[in-house]
Amino acid sequence: MARGFDIRRFPGFAGASWAVLAFLYLPLVSVVVYSFNANRLVTQWAGFSWKWYGEVARRPEIRDALSLSLRLAATATIFATLLALGGALGLTAMNRRGSGLALALIGAPLVIPEVVSAIATLAFFVLIDLPLGFNALLLAHTAFCIPFALLPIRARLNEIDHRMFEAAVDLGASRWMTLRRVTLPLLGPGIMSGALLSFIISLDDYLISAFLGGPSTTTLPVFIFGMIRNGITPAVNALSTLLLILSVVITSFSYYFGQKRRLS
Amino acid sequence: MTSQSFPGRGPRWASAPALAFLVVIVGGPLILIFLYSWLSRARFGVGISWTISTDGYRKVFIEDALDGTTRLNAQYLRIIGNSLLLAAITTVATLVVAIPMSIWMATRAARFRSLLVLAVTIPFWTNTLVRTYAWMLILRDNGIVNNRLVGWGIFDQPVKLLYTNTSTLIGLVYTFLPFMVLPIYSSAERFDFRLAEAAVDLGARKRQVVARVIWPNLRSGVIAGVALVLVPATGAFLQPELLGGGKSLMIGNLIQQQFAASRNWPFGAALSIMLLLVVGIVLVISRLVGHRSTAPSLVA
Amino acid sequence: MGNLSIRSVSKQFRAPHGGATLALDDVSLEIAANECFVLLGPSGCGKTTLLRCIAGLENPDSGEIWLSGERLDTEPPFRRKVNTVFQSYALFPHLNVADNIAFGLEMDGRKRRDCDAAVSEMLRLVNLEGMDKRVPNQLSGGQQQRVALARALAKQPDVLLLDEPLAALDLKLRRSMQFELKALQARTGITFVFVTHDQDEALALGDRIAVFSEGTIRQVGTPRQIYDEPASRFVADFIGETNVLPLIRHGDAVEVAGQLQPASSVIGATDSDAVALCVRPENVRIDPAGALSATVSSAAFLGSIMHYSLTLGDGTMLRMNLAADATEQPTVGSSLHVSLRHLRAVGP
Repeated sequence: MARGFDIRRFPGFAGASWAVLAFLYLPLVSVVVYSFNANRLVTQWAGFSWKWYGEVARRPEIRDALSLSLRLAATATIFATLLALGGALGLTAMNRRGSGLALALIGAPLVIPEVVSAIATLAFFVLIDLPLGFNALLLAHTAFCIPFALLPIRARLNEIDHRMFEAAVDLGASRWMTLRRVTLPLLGPGIMSGALLSFIISLDDYLISAFLGGPSTTTLPVFIFGMIRNGITPAVNALSTLLLILSVVITSFSYYFGQKRRLS
Repeated sequence: MTSQSFPGRGPRWASAPALAFLVVIVGGPLILIFLYSWLSRARFGVGISWTISTDGYRKVFIEDALDGTTRLNAQYLRIIGNSLLLAAITTVATLVVAIPMSIWMATRAARFRSLLVLAVTIPFWTNTLVRTYAWMLILRDNGIVNNRLVGWGIFDQPVKLLYTNTSTLIGLVYTFLPFMVLPIYSSAERFDFRLAEAAVDLGARKRQVVARVIWPNLRSGVIAGVALVLVPATGAFLQPELLGGGKSLMIGNLIQQQFAASRNWPFGAALSIMLLLVVGIVLVISRLVGHRSTAPSLVA
Repeated sequence: MGNLSIRSVSKQFRAPHGGATLALDDVSLEIAANECFVLLGPSGCGKTTLLRCIAGLENPDSGEIWLSGERLDTEPPFRRKVNTVFQSYALFPHLNVADNIAFGLEMDGRKRRDCDAAVSEMLRLVNLEGMDKRVPNQLSGGQQQRVALARALAKQPDVLLLDEPLAALDLKLRRSMQFELKALQARTGITFVFVTHDQDEALALGDRIAVFSEGTIRQVGTPRQIYDEPASRFVADFIGETNVLPLIRHGDAVEVAGQLQPASSVIGATDSDAVALCVRPENVRIDPAGALSATVSSAAFLGSIMHYSLTLGDGTMLRMNLAADATEQPTVGSSLHVSLRHLRAVGP
């Protein structure tokens, strides 16, 4: 056997991995870089400029779309997190069969292709005469955010030492007090992480929002999609960069809470 | 007697609101779309008419010509075939890249490892539209790649990169790569590489170590990863829409068109049911081959 | 106040795939007020189940538990004047030391700011002054143990239940905590019910000990009674070290390693259910006039004692302990005569 044999060393794996990381990040970097391009021709570099960010800030329809997306994401996050929190707590009291069925239902939005969810929900809302717009968006967004909010809450709930609850009961806590003073504070990082994921997922959605928003309720991704369709301008890059920064910041936060969850 | 229920367990009714909500908002539409797939098209305008019909499914295979004759229609079958093919290639491509990468990540020092996980997780949660758009910027006629190719004099004319099957494929691989890496990595991370050393100690060659010791431990992650890529890739919409243009349609675009442009709801519903069937088959198979269902830890 | 009466308590656990284990089988115990009572036994013997039944974390299938003349087992846990120090402490990680200690007081309806005096008193009691703002994972194992103790004592329970509270500590710390716990028990006058599988701990701490095995109590007594007068082979074997020899009766005589001895020289030899002979290694004495001849097969120095393995004429192995500073120490391979003191016939 060769000298210095190490089963942890696979020649070429490191190179391949760095190449993959480059593949993942270079496209994003190019969007960011060209968002500072002074030239109206998007990919012909003509010096550094902030002007496209200025344009993004000035256009009222972008501000409207952004504010709608943020409001929608925030509201859907609150509803989804509350429903997921109740769901996770209730699941602990179910038997195997019951919780299996409940989890299949909660996980359904994860496996149903988005295009099917979009058209099916559209048909459903048309049938029950629910007008398209913010409320329709809120219902649909809440539904597909629930599984993302539930995952970290449930993981955290399973990690809590059951003696914590016994200690609370032993010290005289009622069921409600145990929930309020022990369970919820200990679930804190899981709830936070679930809420952040919901927020990102709501902000990420294009297809469902395009179908359910109707003509007048345009979320930011739907607006960007329209801009791309009308011809790529550097303003798209600037807007995309802003959305990118938002995603990275929220993901990092969620990751931080996830780590905290694991360490404690 | 005191309540027998375990302290800290929530009351069962706590999940009722979430479950009731999902039954209505997810279950309702699914049942409806199944119904619609067996109804016929409204004679005028949008929607359906409440008469039972197999037209939705029939249209997938058969074309009614204006002169009243019928013939086999390969147009939609070709799109469905294209979807399955692109999804399959995407799955294989991401798998080939993800296995070495996961093993490499899992064998790094703990601190660096968690940084690498974050590095793969960030694109996963980054806006899909923006990520797909980035490739338009790179691949279009006067995009970043063509500018270089022409600028360096390699080609006189820009090469047609965007609006091909290849550009759709790049977009799919790019979007779904983290879906493959993360579950395989989480299997690899759990693997105790001292076992591989023990195998080497017992006289196994490196190839044998990989085949007999490492692979069985990655298996559950690979099965989860395949399901996680194959399912959404088959139903993809944004990548073929933006990167494939009209040249590389997938079933997702076809369904979308039936509800947005062509307005044939029963046909769109039938296509949706067929897509759901494919998804269901993939999930059932992955359940059956994966002896233990390992919930992939997509959430950090 | 604080005497516990456990009357015919039984508890069965059903395994998920049929089958059941009897964790407590008709257990009855009287624990006096102000007593430090130890439940001792191997793991899985039911001692923790009994503790949890007293705390109200489990409900007995049958039987009753009474505290100070009042029925306890029908009360919900939060109405019992009983608190628990959990194994590995179960401190709330999201609360600091002071808030952990105040938790139980707040559950009684007191405002947090009214608890400060009680909290500082408790911190003083367990020697943790100045630690009130720390959170549990900034504390050492011994400190966490003290917080758990303070948290349970703050409620001024009539009975304090301690579930292997020292198991996670290293040996030295464990020894010093045993003395502290004993002193604390004497000072507070609270009844302690202490679960352990460590016989040294039981002997050091207990006013009385109940030895458990497979859901039943095998013997109750003071540490000295349990050690010197084990009621059964199980107890003799479980507490300290012991030589177990077969009991063979020949009319009025008992055969010990091939030698006949009058039954009157063996304690309990006339009991009909006696099945074995027990003798502690320290009761094996070198005695030139002794009836048993033996060869020394190995010797080990254990600090304060010398430990010998002897082979008797009929091949029986016998362990013998001598004080390490005893003048006469046999060499390995040498032959000698021994006599057995306090030879005792015991039940199974």
